[in-house]
Amino acid sequence: MNFDDTPQEAAFRAEAKAWIAANAPKQYEEELRKASLGRVQLKGANILEVAKAWQKKKADAGWACLHWPKEYGGRGSSPIERVIWQQEEGPFGRLSSMFIIGHGMCGPTMMAFAGEEQKRKYLPPLASGEKVWCQLFSEPAGGSDVAGLRTRAEKQGDEWVINGQKIWTSGAHYSDYGILLTRTDPNVAKHKGLTMFFLDMKSPGVEVRPIKQASGASDFNEVYFTDVRIPDSQRLGNVNDGWNVSLTTLMNERMSIGAGVATGFPELFDFCNSLMLEDGPAIENRAVRAKLANWAVKASGLKYTSMRAISALSRGERPGPENSIGKLVAGSMIQDVATYALDLQGAAGALTGPEDAEVAGKFQAMLLRAPGTRVEGGTDEIMRNIIAERVLGLPGDIRVDKDVPFNKIPTKGRA
Amino acid sequence: MNFDFSDEQKQMRDEARKFLSEQCPPKAVREVLDGKAPYDKALWKGLAEMGFLGVAIPEQFGGAGAGHLELCVIAEEMGRALAPVPFSSTVYLAAEAILIAGSDAQKQKWLPKIASGDAIGTLALFEGKGNPSPKAIKVAANGGVLNGVKKPVADGAIADFAVVAARTGSSGRESDISLFIVDLKAGGVEVKSLTNIDLTRGQAEITFKDAKAEPLGAAGEGWGVITQVLDRAAVLTAFEQVGGADRALEMGRDYALDRIAFGRPIGSFQAVKHMLADMYVSATLARSNCYYGAWALSTNAGELPEAAAAARISATQAFQHCAKNNIQVHGGMGFTWEFDCHMYYRRANAVALGLGSPSYWEDALIDRMRKKNAA
Repeated sequence: MNFDDTPQEAAFRAEAKAWIAANAPKQYEEELRKASLGRVQLKGANILEVAKAWQKKKADAGWACLHWPKEYGGRGSSPIERVIWQQEEGPFGRLSSMFIIGHGMCGPTMMAFAGEEQKRKYLPPLASGEKVWCQLFSEPAGGSDVAGLRTRAEKQGDEWVINGQKIWTSGAHYSDYGILLTRTDPNVAKHKGLTMFFLDMKSPGVEVRPIKQASGASDFNEVYFTDVRIPDSQRLGNVNDGWNVSLTTLMNERMSIGAGVATGFPELFDFCNSLMLEDGPAIENRAVRAKLANWAVKASGLKYTSMRAISALSRGERPGPENSIGKLVAGSMIQDVATYALDLQGAAGALTGPEDAEVAGKFQAMLLRAPGTRVEGGTDEIMRNIIAERVLGLPGDIRVDKDVPFNKIPTKGRA
Repeated sequence: MNFDFSDEQKQMRDEARKFLSEQCPPKAVREVLDGKAPYDKALWKGLAEMGFLGVAIPEQFGGAGAGHLELCVIAEEMGRALAPVPFSSTVYLAAEAILIAGSDAQKQKWLPKIASGDAIGTLALFEGKGNPSPKAIKVAANGGVLNGVKKPVADGAIADFAVVAARTGSSGRESDISLFIVDLKAGGVEVKSLTNIDLTRGQAEITFKDAKAEPLGAAGEGWGVITQVLDRAAVLTAFEQVGGADRALEMGRDYALDRIAFGRPIGSFQAVKHMLADMYVSATLARSNCYYGAWALSTNAGELPEAAAAARISATQAFQHCAKNNIQVHGGMGFTWEFDCHMYYRRANAVALGLGSPSYWEDALIDRMRKKNAA
């Protein structure tokens, strides 16, 4: 039992470390390190431009999309090398947040279902960050139940005509391309009438409207399709086989190992170390210590669970569904930690101005962002279902609409 | 990185599991639960023959000399099987105290007997309510004899000897405390069994009246040894707790698959699924904290105090959480004497207190993290 690299891993780490030291945009390091959960902004610089420049530099030197094949802009690395890269990239990895969907989901889907010519055309600029991709799955009627979606695609000659609406589309407002799941046959069961495409987000009839979130930020969008035309050559997989294509995409969404999930604990511990309460330092208060200890063991439990997963990768094993616990635990923990950090400040905890709020308003930002963490990429409830069904082997949920034609499924609860 | 047990260690775990499933089925645990025997003597003898009692004791002192990682994997299986034997008091507490502080002669005298199953040992630390603290120790040593009362003492009624923490000074500091080895079968020792919530492991009150005591380690250095022993035992006990938590989760999962209500297995109801998923999460976090503790214990790393406290807190939570929700999944049947659920519930709640209660370890963890931060 040890934390050591194998000789090959150590050599790879040294190479990565040296390249990052020589090339990373160090002027932003401190700001990136301190950035709040889910919000990366840089003072006096356009984050998208900085991110694209860093990604391009990585791609030119062969450090982009490490696990992708070289011919599509990657490096052909092993999963453990990808983890080592993430560890060494550290805060600069936060610059990649706008490429996560493209690299993690759209790219792998294209790789599995696009034609060879298309792969060679579209994948390298996706890897290098020159083109940004988004994923158009969720709809007002299809969130966790993705197959409930209603956006229609109708065949007209060699083209498909798209009408409908998507929602919660991360990054659609700066994306160049998207992968799109549509309904092509409403007369069959919901999973059996879907088809996947990819499209140019600048196509006529595509309208992107940013959504102002509960946190006040606008990272997500509504996307409207009005008679948008997509050539049949941009279909991914067979007609009405979109569900299976989307499963490939969703399986790639599995939490990436190694980057470390944000729990808010280090920030809370530091804060309690410095905060003075009415009767002395917060860290010396027994009730505070009990709370801290309980979060400390969750944070360390997640850290060492991740190290066990990295060890498995190092042995050449693939990550399993048990790795879904990171988001489940960290999501509600960061919400509780933020709530408690504000509790400790009394009425002043409600202030958000960086000059008025402790730790430059970081806990307030965490509080307002945390509800999203518990929903995006699968709600807490979906995560628990995954653990119960795929890890513990419990029966799947009952799906009363499974064999009902889509157009016969009720659309309202209370009539 | 290989943050995992080796194939040999995993093989030892499989051996221990097989041995315990054969030699320590719930029926055997119930013999002790029902008061038919104070502990399972045949199992104790078998554990000695398997080499499990001396797995972390060096070969020169009659042990297998394997190491603490090996002891961790066995501890997990002992907890899983709810083994009704004085394993933790003898192996994690008494043997570790002698390994840390004993003279060569003391090691030669006691460790081979522990490894062979011929001597049951324990640590006599507590004196009534409260958590480990030098201030709470009133039992006094003077002129080679001890006077005072210790309670509760784990497995005190069946132990042959005890490592006793006693007062040798009156400065009000840690340096007042020294350790002694006391032969519990000799004169001046009165032992009384106490009832407790875990019926598979005994607790006792021990009264010393001019009982002959042999110093263990240097005078005035006892508290430092106690702290080390508790940290080491915390990691090992945490493995027992994770073993128990995993077994309770498995019992709940199996019952949820078998039991039909409203025409479906109850494990298909989301409320039940989510309860079991949360049990899995707590057991997994605890296991990972335990692995870190095992690494620190086996390498004697400076991180051990912090890692031990984290493993202890996390494993205590996981075992309590899984044991109580296992009963909940079982419904009314779970609350019967006949089902095994209560045995895990009893063990989970008793073992949570024995080395210092959760609040003690929470306090210790934050203290240790603070010191590391300040350093």
